[in-house]
Amino acid sequence: MSAARKKKTNAEDYLRMYRQMVRIRAFEDRANQLYLSAKMPGLTHMYSGQEAVAVGICEALTATDRITSTHRGHGHCVAKGANFKEMFCELLGKEEGYCRGKGGSMHIADQSNGNLGANAIVGGSMGIATGAALSAKRLGTDDVAVCFFGDGATAQGLWYEVMNMAALWGLPVIYACENNGYSEYTKTDEIAAGSLTARAEAFGIEAHVVDGQDVLAVNDLTQKLVARARKGEGPFFIQLDTYRYHGHHVGDINREYYRSKDEEALWKSERDPIVNFGKWLVDQGISSSDDLDKVKSEVETDADAAVAYAEAAPYPDTREVDMHVYAPSAA
Amino acid sequence: MREITLSKAVNEAIAEEMRRDETIFLLGEDVAEAGTPFKVLSGLVEEFGTERVIDTPISEPGFTGIAVGAALTGSRPIVDLMFGDFLFLIMDQLCNQAAKAYYMSGGKLNVPMVLRTNLGATRRSAAQHSQSLHALVAHIPGLKVALPSSAYEAKGLMKTAIRDNNPVVIFEDKLMYQDKAPVPEEEYLIPFGEANVKRQGKDITLIGTSSMVQVAEAAAEALAKEGIEAEVIDPRTIVPLDEETLLRSVKKTSRAIVIDEGHQSYGITGEIASRLNEKAFYHLDAPVVRMGAMDVPVPFSPALEDLTVPTVEKVTAMARRLVAGEMIHAA
Ligand SMILES: Cc1ncc(C[n+]2csc(CCOP(=O)(O)OP(=O)(O)O)c2C)c(N)n1
Ligand SMILES: [Mg+2]
Repeated sequence: MSAARKKKTNAEDYLRMYRQMVRIRAFEDRANQLYLSAKMPGLTHMYSGQEAVAVGICEALTATDRITSTHRGHGHCVAKGANFKEMFCELLGKEEGYCRGKGGSMHIADQSNGNLGANAIVGGSMGIATGAALSAKRLGTDDVAVCFFGDGATAQGLWYEVMNMAALWGLPVIYACENNGYSEYTKTDEIAAGSLTARAEAFGIEAHVVDGQDVLAVNDLTQKLVARARKGEGPFFIQLDTYRYHGHHVGDINREYYRSKDEEALWKSERDPIVNFGKWLVDQGISSSDDLDKVKSEVETDADAAVAYAEAAPYPDTREVDMHVYAPSAA
Repeated sequence: MREITLSKAVNEAIAEEMRRDETIFLLGEDVAEAGTPFKVLSGLVEEFGTERVIDTPISEPGFTGIAVGAALTGSRPIVDLMFGDFLFLIMDQLCNQAAKAYYMSGGKLNVPMVLRTNLGATRRSAAQHSQSLHALVAHIPGLKVALPSSAYEAKGLMKTAIRDNNPVVIFEDKLMYQDKAPVPEEEYLIPFGEANVKRQGKDITLIGTSSMVQVAEAAAEALAKEGIEAEVIDPRTIVPLDEETLLRSVKKTSRAIVIDEGHQSYGITGEIASRLNEKAFYHLDAPVVRMGAMDVPVPFSPALEDLTVPTVEKVTAMARRLVAGEMIHAA
């Protein structure tokens, strides 16, 4: 590959990463609006601020690589290739949603792109991701599985059981811990002893810490680990240091008792993954700020259209209520 | 009499008991400063300190096991399980350890522990945050199970639970935390195994648990307008169950509907109906009817979720049919 051609390919990759991060932010801003205007049933957990994690990782994966997601799962869903339309439909409980309205925010996933589901049980997907990796190994595909979970989820005993087996069996799974510093309304420092990387290392699992606000750093590291996992060198653990901009969920508005406004302002003004990456793209001459603005407005037009579509879309027929309890089986 | 919310009633019960008995302590996720996501425990940490109101990591089997151990050795722990759905994570500690210690030790060890958790759908929280799983624990000998139907019951049953020398599981309906009811200022306890006859009637008995008591009462109100006199009974605890009061009523009315928010199959409604059939068979003019939640995971979409639970309309319609004799020849 010639140098010029490589640069061009990279530029496309970079711009796609930028666009994907902008898409997540645009999705979340509208989800929040839908909640505030009482158009969205239930609650939802915003991913804003953590975009570089989902995008940096998912851009290193193929469509058949699997991921498992969390209660804070809209970002993973977008990053793994989902469309706005089906996502907003799901959020509003409409028939055309990815889960036909049965899952909602906490179970949203575009299954056709390797997303095995968002999960409302903290740590609930750790076995699933590890099982997907076992399956890939047994079936001889070279797919990897990425298990997304939060810092709070590292308190779940399940993680230690499956890390042990993943390490024993050399499974192609990457445990990606999004360390946003908080478990609900508690600083994770107060409820996590020792170091997270040391916990993985105790099982002989190679562990990394990366700046989760730097999409290129996340992407570089993930590309390397994914390539090695495909060759049978897994499992791996990554701790991605990041921050959630909103409350634990959209209803968590008065939160100064556990998190200061200054701290929030600092992350937003100095460490925003989209702003910083945008600046870098302009500095490197890969894009102009006009072009980036254009990306933004395209994405926003798209998102607004998807919201309008979802609002007008029909609810599932009432007959769907007892459909999909059991999968049909050959006799 | 003053009226307070169910949330406040639970808070008062726990505070009063903690003042009375130093061996009581509370543990669970975000119970201290945050006072739980439903704010039920607000203020307790200020009064009792972090030695007695303990925030835990997201490690449900771990902290439940710790509570069992503490209960075996002189403490009286109250475990806060944020959602009833998380019971599935702690089943071994609750059912294999707590429930059986007294029996397996030949009466030499006991577990004076309270597990407070919740039930109830229609909060648009989807399948992993909406379940009513009390039948699961009621199935296990050694566990007592209380289902408060108002602030009054919530306080009186909680105090009894705390003083009980066995593991007690209390399920609060998460949609009722802000509901107010008259609660005396003076201390009172509600003994376990004493049903409450909420309304007298001679034509049919409506037995409701938890929030289904409200449904039964509203149905009785509607039926009264049509000249059907329904008796409404709240068992208050399902283990132990006050069979005597239920049987006395059914022998008088000769018809009964049992209404509960757990799944209908293999559930509380079936158990109670079966006891009435066994012990009041010759007094019945119609089969005892079960009305539980549909046998489907709770769907997110409001268009579907509302179909899954017993409602005033459904209960009223069923009662009308029973009184008209329509169900006598039901298959
Ligand atoms: C097993 C289980 N316990 C508790 C909860 C309630 N809960 C939902 S999110 C959350 C905090 C999770 O923190 P973390 O893993 O750091 O993820 P974050 O919310 O920060 O993305 C808790 C306690 C749950 N959903 N599942
Ligand atoms: Mg976190």
